[in-house]
Amino acid sequence: MTIKGKAYIAGIYEHPTRHAPDKSTAQLHAEVAKGAIEDAGLTKADIDGYFCAGDAPGGLWPMVDYLGLRVRHMDSTETGGCSYLIHLGHAAEAIAAGKCSIALITLAGKPRTGVMPPRAQGAEADFETAYGATTHNAYGMCAMRHMHDYGTTSEQLAWIKVAASHHAQYNPHAMLKDVVTVEDVLNSPMISDPLRRLDCCVVSDGGGALIVTTPEIARSLKKPLVRLIGHGEAMKGPRGGKDLDLTYSAGIWSGPRAFEEAGVTPKDIKYASIYDSFTITVLMQLEDLGFCKKGEGGKFVSDGNLISGVGKLPFNTDGGGLCSNHPVNRGGITKIIEAVRQLRGEAHPKVQVPNCDLAIAHGTGGLLGVRHAASTCILERA
Amino acid sequence: MAEARKYPAPQGNPETAPFWEAAKQGKFLIKRCTACGEPHYFPRAICPFCFSDKTVWEESSGEGEIYTFSLMRKSPTGPYAIGWVTLKEGPSLQTNFVDCELEKLKIGQKVKVVFKPTDGSPLPFFTPV
Repeated sequence: MTIKGKAYIAGIYEHPTRHAPDKSTAQLHAEVAKGAIEDAGLTKADIDGYFCAGDAPGGLWPMVDYLGLRVRHMDSTETGGCSYLIHLGHAAEAIAAGKCSIALITLAGKPRTGVMPPRAQGAEADFETAYGATTHNAYGMCAMRHMHDYGTTSEQLAWIKVAASHHAQYNPHAMLKDVVTVEDVLNSPMISDPLRRLDCCVVSDGGGALIVTTPEIARSLKKPLVRLIGHGEAMKGPRGGKDLDLTYSAGIWSGPRAFEEAGVTPKDIKYASIYDSFTITVLMQLEDLGFCKKGEGGKFVSDGNLISGVGKLPFNTDGGGLCSNHPVNRGGITKIIEAVRQLRGEAHPKVQVPNCDLAIAHGTGGLLGVRHAASTCILERA
Repeated sequence: MAEARKYPAPQGNPETAPFWEAAKQGKFLIKRCTACGEPHYFPRAICPFCFSDKTVWEESSGEGEIYTFSLMRKSPTGPYAIGWVTLKEGPSLQTNFVDCELEKLKIGQKVKVVFKPTDGSPLPFFTPV
């Protein structure tokens, strides 16, 4: 049993807003849903599956009702920023099993307008909450140890931001459009050692949505055909404190599962959407996915290797979370959307990868330095 | 001027109550599984490795070394250093480093447990030896 080629992404929509104090969160979900349905050339009545995560106000019941959906398959898997990459895999499973035929996945929210509610806690709460883990210091702890073990430098991390900024200059919606240099990153204020301000992603309102459907329905629509050919998901935590190693992520498990199902290798990938909550997130994911050896990510990302038209692995050509947006502090859905744009040939001409027929969209959710999930999707132009 | 840091009182539950009771006596406990021999942290009734229910409390030396850390430069209560410590007994745990010059912390540095008060049971922190 495989989901290879059994589900197509027929509709995508990224909300252009980066600041939405005049809209409700549910409204943003509805707006991105409408956008994706229209992109696919479908109507709301066609939707028979719905997927949302912790950002959807109240979860599935109120959202399905608010959107006015009548669905036969639902999934509210919540794994932070990578939830939507997992939703895509689960949507493909549901479609392959005949449980639904046209699935809608939405993400939206407004962390730039107001403080987000605290995330739900587990059994660890009494033993961790007081120590003040935030995204910044949790990823800082990973970067600190990666530098210690492998000699990774702040200059190398900075190259990731530089590459993102080269792409963001062509995105009219990007929050940060100015091209930056390695020196600019190194001169930005230290936030949580060793990560500086420009190692961090932006905080933005907004959202995105996807329509996932059967091969038959996708072929009946007008958009270029993009299909999911491999998917993996995994989870990593401190596991009782045994053999703690914060230099790798759950991507070491989700990646190989996705590549194996797809029957391709990292060398075959023409474009990579890699979750970029911080520069270190990208560096560790590239290693974990096998684009380079563990510990060699610093060398791999240097000298513009991630810049479209310059380097060997064009990444996050919309500017990514580091420069364009990070709706709801969750980057998973925009990673899929830009990969689909690349495969459709709809990316900005300045960053469009020529003959882009194979792409990866990968993300993590939670805190890389504490406990997190990861999900990998391999997408192909059909 | 940043406000002084006030730590939340542990809520506790039947599974972890002995840990917090011991903390009141200044004792730092870990759990060990007598079936597979592995220690773990934070404490569980069922061993997270072999899933045996033969787990017992054990007083830790409270000594370990810094696996990693990150110095948060700003917060409403001022700078603080979060990190992971690997205990002599094996398990690693999340903590803050206190009572020291935060700028001088280093991976591999030897540290020991210190308890800080809350409105309930005290909480374990670590400080360089």
